[in-house]
Amino acid sequence: MKKLTLFTSGIALCAATMAYANDDLIGLIDDPNQWAIQTGDYKNQRYSELDQINADNVGDLQVAWTFSTGVLRGHEGSPLVIGDVMFVHTPFPNIVYALDLKNEGKIIWKYEPKQDPDVIPVMCCDTVNRGVAYADGKIFLHQADTKVVALNAETGAVEWEAQNGDPSIGETNTATVLPIKDKVIVGISGGEFGVRGHTTAYDMATGEQVWRAYSMGPDSDILVDPENTTHLGTPVGENSGTNTWEGDQWMIGGGTTWGWYSADLDENLFYYGTGNPSTWNPAQRPGDNRWSMTLMARDIDTGMAKWFYQMTPHDEWDYDGVNENILSEQMIDGEERKLLTHFDRNGLGYTMDRVTGELLVAEKFDPVVNWTTGVDMDPNSETYGRPAVVAQYSTAQNGEDVNTTGVCPAALGTKDQQPAAYSPKTEMFYVPTNHVCMDYEPFRVSYTAGQPYVGATLAMYPAPDSHGGMGNFIAWDNINGEIKWSIPEKFSVWSGALATAGDVVFYGTLEGHLKAVHADTGEELYRFKTPSGIIGNVMTYTSDGRQYVGILSGVGGWAGIGLAAGLTNPNDGLGAVGGYAALSDYTALGGQLTVFALPN
Amino acid sequence: MKTMQLSLALGLMVALPLTATAEDKIDPKTYEVAYSEDGRYYNHDDVPTFNVAEDGTVDWLTFSGFRRYHAECHVCHGPDGEGSTYAPAIKNSAVEMGYDGFFEVVVNGRENGNSVMPHFGDNRNVMCYLDDIYVYLKARGVEAVPRGRPAKKEAKSDVIREDEDACMG
Repeated sequence: MKKLTLFTSGIALCAATMAYANDDLIGLIDDPNQWAIQTGDYKNQRYSELDQINADNVGDLQVAWTFSTGVLRGHEGSPLVIGDVMFVHTPFPNIVYALDLKNEGKIIWKYEPKQDPDVIPVMCCDTVNRGVAYADGKIFLHQADTKVVALNAETGAVEWEAQNGDPSIGETNTATVLPIKDKVIVGISGGEFGVRGHTTAYDMATGEQVWRAYSMGPDSDILVDPENTTHLGTPVGENSGTNTWEGDQWMIGGGTTWGWYSADLDENLFYYGTGNPSTWNPAQRPGDNRWSMTLMARDIDTGMAKWFYQMTPHDEWDYDGVNENILSEQMIDGEERKLLTHFDRNGLGYTMDRVTGELLVAEKFDPVVNWTTGVDMDPNSETYGRPAVVAQYSTAQNGEDVNTTGVCPAALGTKDQQPAAYSPKTEMFYVPTNHVCMDYEPFRVSYTAGQPYVGATLAMYPAPDSHGGMGNFIAWDNINGEIKWSIPEKFSVWSGALATAGDVVFYGTLEGHLKAVHADTGEELYRFKTPSGIIGNVMTYTSDGRQYVGILSGVGGWAGIGLAAGLTNPNDGLGAVGGYAALSDYTALGGQLTVFALPN
Repeated sequence: MKTMQLSLALGLMVALPLTATAEDKIDPKTYEVAYSEDGRYYNHDDVPTFNVAEDGTVDWLTFSGFRRYHAECHVCHGPDGEGSTYAPAIKNSAVEMGYDGFFEVVVNGRENGNSVMPHFGDNRNVMCYLDDIYVYLKARGVEAVPRGRPAKKEAKSDVIREDEDACMG
């Protein structure tokens, strides 16, 4: 660790103009030999400059070493590598291991928190955790029970703890945290339990709460300036977080914040999206339900909102807006723009100006998306920025107790949290997607604190009249809003992608394959079947000058729940029942890290 | 930990088509309709049960149970009671545990290592429809209804409607 500290402080001095507690992290993120943050960098690009493993030789890749996490649950996220130490996390009970890369992965320390198992059943869709974060000599773990813990990176000793939420009302956590400047910014889960979503900043040194921004509620709760916070260029005005709700429904309004966070230090802004409004029965919550389903740009120091964009007003399908926002600098009409690209659950790929919040592109990134004909792109229109809803697929227009059939995508979205990658070299986005449609029948539910508050029955099935599989892995052009190539997959692709300067893109499959494809063409160059299905994210680093690629296996999450027994289309009649692939025919529970390298 | 891993592995395995063995041991008396009352069906022990007509029409409770199951339960137990990577195939539990055992676990929950069934005793969305969910899963467990949404259903009786409204408040 000593060598590492010396090395990184040199970089930090050059890169940062102001001294912050996490200057060392900025240096580590800029060093491709490390994997210092879950998202690859603050831009969430998941791109590595390493090219030792490249399109010419990736076919020779071999397993270098493996590590069992000791937990059999869905393994999302990835390990971190800081210097000679790898930090590996697990799903509940949220164990953290520090492994010595110089000593065959020997366990330097292990931290296992004590958590009340009562939190398990209030976690919708498996007890996943999307990984730890590092900054300022500390490892930050946001546990399932919403306790945020700072551990000494060298010893694993607890330096501070903060309780972010209350599991007894359904507040839980699955996400990583954003360590930035002198703060740790964290989100919350629980949209299926009537939680009111919030995003909170803690002091990195002490764990004291600095600010909290709710997703809905009074202006003072949601941290907006009615005159200066904008929605597509227009000030949001007073009470924007309450005046599109009936009565006090905003108090159980959802809009949880469990996705990935990106940041632009030059603009002093960070970016994230909010989830579905509670309940899933739209008839019980009239109005646009602001600011659920919204992309948000907020000031890192104060939490004050600069701009919002609500993608799916008055959600009728559970299309959470939490997916990652990938930052890039690209030319549009001869001018370099600071962009934000977001692949939403609702099936639309959005490109925005991340400084102003201007909407530039909104196009379907799976052709089967049918609930909307598209977004109104005319700034002078009354419905500017709104998606035009197709009546046939509107669960709100069809009403309570009516089964709306054939809606694409399904509630798990054309893409869920599994993060895409962006290569500045190809200027393409590499996107893991779902290719699943649904029937959706909303009905009346009553709210009980800490109990599920869902209110809809769903049946999901592979997209009809397509390749029969439940996923695609696509390359996307965010300027023209076009799919460049698409690889059909038997199951949803629930693994975060990695793009590298070696012209290779990596991703995992639910059957358990790690795949490498050519960044230009999508041609498959390598595959290896790991012990369990992959819902983790691919990462890369070097040790002793050798490039490694790491991936967590361990099937589970939403994917494991929906797909274990196979999906059937109730509209196909009895003959088709059981005709679709069951994930349980391909893989079983696991919890393992597999690390790959080229032969010596 | 050992018991948890075992039970989880079993949870995944029962998602495979192994239900025939469970089915063979079931005494049809436990689910055969003895009588009906106001749109509800009961076996000879006065325990709620399903009714499937020759043309596939299911009783209202079975259909309602399908709906409620896929709102409250499927996020852990998977589609159609088939189980998932997270929780066991509950369609078998409905058959093996009997009405009282099923009722007890849903109301109070139960814990087995890191595998935890929540308690739904104070959740009206579950408790007001517990018989519905039970008969639906029992029908699934003995394969009296196939996977997916029942195509045809009996109308909801006035008594069932009044009882629901009273329960949901």
